[in-house]
Amino acid sequence: MSTMQAAKLLELENIGKHFGGLAALSDVSLSVRQGDIYALIGPNGAGKTTLFNVITGIYRPDSGSFSLAGAPMAGKKPSEMARSGIARTFQNIRLFANMSALENVMVGRHCRTKSGVLGAIFNGARTKLEEKAIRERAASLLDYVGIGNHAHMLAKNLSYGDQRRLEIARALATEPRLLALDEPAAGMNHAETDSLKSLLERIREDGTTLLLIEHDMKLVMNLCDRLAVLNFGKLIAEGTPEEVSGNPLVVEAYLGVQ
Amino acid sequence: MKQRLKWAFFVLALVLLPFITDFALGKTWVRILDFALLYAMLALGLNIVVGFAGLLDLGYIAFFAVGAYLYALLASPHFGFHLPFWLLLPMGAFAAGIFGMLLGAPTLRLRGDYLAIVTLGFGEIIRIFLNNLDAPYNITGGPQGLDLIDPIKIGDFSLNHPLGHAVFNYYFLFLILAAAVAFVSIRLQHSRIGRAWVAIREDEIAAEAMGINTRNVKLLAFAMGASFGGLSGGLFAGFEGFVSPESFNLNESIMILCMVVLGGMGHVRGVIFGAILLSVLPEALRYVGPLEESLFGRVIVDAASLRMLLFGLALILVMLLRPAGLWPSGTRRRELAAHGETARHENTNVYDASR
Repeated sequence: MSTMQAAKLLELENIGKHFGGLAALSDVSLSVRQGDIYALIGPNGAGKTTLFNVITGIYRPDSGSFSLAGAPMAGKKPSEMARSGIARTFQNIRLFANMSALENVMVGRHCRTKSGVLGAIFNGARTKLEEKAIRERAASLLDYVGIGNHAHMLAKNLSYGDQRRLEIARALATEPRLLALDEPAAGMNHAETDSLKSLLERIREDGTTLLLIEHDMKLVMNLCDRLAVLNFGKLIAEGTPEEVSGNPLVVEAYLGVQ
Repeated sequence: MKQRLKWAFFVLALVLLPFITDFALGKTWVRILDFALLYAMLALGLNIVVGFAGLLDLGYIAFFAVGAYLYALLASPHFGFHLPFWLLLPMGAFAAGIFGMLLGAPTLRLRGDYLAIVTLGFGEIIRIFLNNLDAPYNITGGPQGLDLIDPIKIGDFSLNHPLGHAVFNYYFLFLILAAAVAFVSIRLQHSRIGRAWVAIREDEIAAEAMGINTRNVKLLAFAMGASFGGLSGGLFAGFEGFVSPESFNLNESIMILCMVVLGGMGHVRGVIFGAILLSVLPEALRYVGPLEESLFGRVIVDAASLRMLLFGLALILVMLLRPAGLWPSGTRRRELAAHGETARHENTNVYDASR
């Protein structure tokens, strides 16, 4: 457990988001410490993915603010979020289907590289060097998530589990400080979930903070340092897995009142 | 070394092509070759927008018109300007690029059918403007267009002289520029920018989430594609010596789109092939009339309508039999290669086991 680090990486303050009359999120405040694995859980429709979309810039919050390492972030575009250090994966895998696995990860390097049209046309020494670095970094990330031998397969032809891994590699290519994973274990069997768990632990050990939405409670309880529980757009509990699982509100949200 | 020899033969063939064509079929056909090269440049430009970035553009001919009219206005007696071509071609490309961004900016949030409709409207707007900007002050010459446009001159050497050799001179100029456009296309395709275009085509939301500023990258695609169109427009004006709005109608936009789709969207060589095929095929089908006459002694079906009928039939057949285009890109081949590799691994393992 890396709970000795107290520095806060992500801080949400009173985030609210409405869709018409529906309050998808109201007054959500929480903070994620540097180096933690932090989970968001809650029943379907609780607002987890909405919160994710706010954090990654797809939605603009109606109220409240949030910051990454002290820098205000609310209202930035998704590409700016990625450049500032928040990378994500998607609940329904969104890979570049007709590009190879390697190219998918190379696209992730876009925001950390800069050669433009003229560089591309003249292909000078600097462009060549940058392109080589992009390719090498992408290849090593594929090895890192364990699909290095499928580098030249089209993303759409990879197996489901490998596609999830490829999404993680692509997100890591943007050099995130916070990696946000939307249901990374969805649809995986026990063996795949176990190997995903060790991959996520390794990513944390290598210095990236993780925020994940997950329905697999066993995985959440074994993997996370802290977690937050959402229900009807409100934060109903926050704390370590032990604290949260004993909370009567959480039991009620999941099982109903007797 | 073998590769180099292949290239040498290829270049030699391209150099000899107009002379052989002239010998076998006459100058008309050399002129058709010139137009095929122009269309290849246009198709390569549209390929950046449609093939790489996946933005369906039905008004592409407008950029061709911008380049052509810019050349015509600044190198003809109409306003009395006679600027040299080496200045006008880049200016045309640049102006078309600006128009590309003008089209791109309001359509950033549109995709597919909706984008197609807006771009179609844009193409028509440009044509209608050109048609009507002759009053109250005559800018474009209206429906009559502009003529007596200066031919392209390199130093004192006009490509229109000596008379009768113009089609050859322009062939070589177009060949060089088409090669340059193809080269730029290929370089762009395999660059950071090219990958970003393809990423947007594949999944715009994911591309944005990976840190690609989709607005800028899309505008860049529109501008690059349009500038190729503007360049070819300038060449067209210098070559023809005459421009009028009817050269830039919707049919032309659709024809260029057909070249891109038929050849193999996103694949540079395929697109060039598609452009050449579709500019030569309708001309070749002109022989249908004489053929009928020699076969049956009289014309049974009107040659002009039969020609377009056969052309349409050919397009439908290609799309049915080869939906990815006649010469699709390497992704498919790469996919097969990956399978081959897997198979080889499996085979070596089997071999190990039996040993």
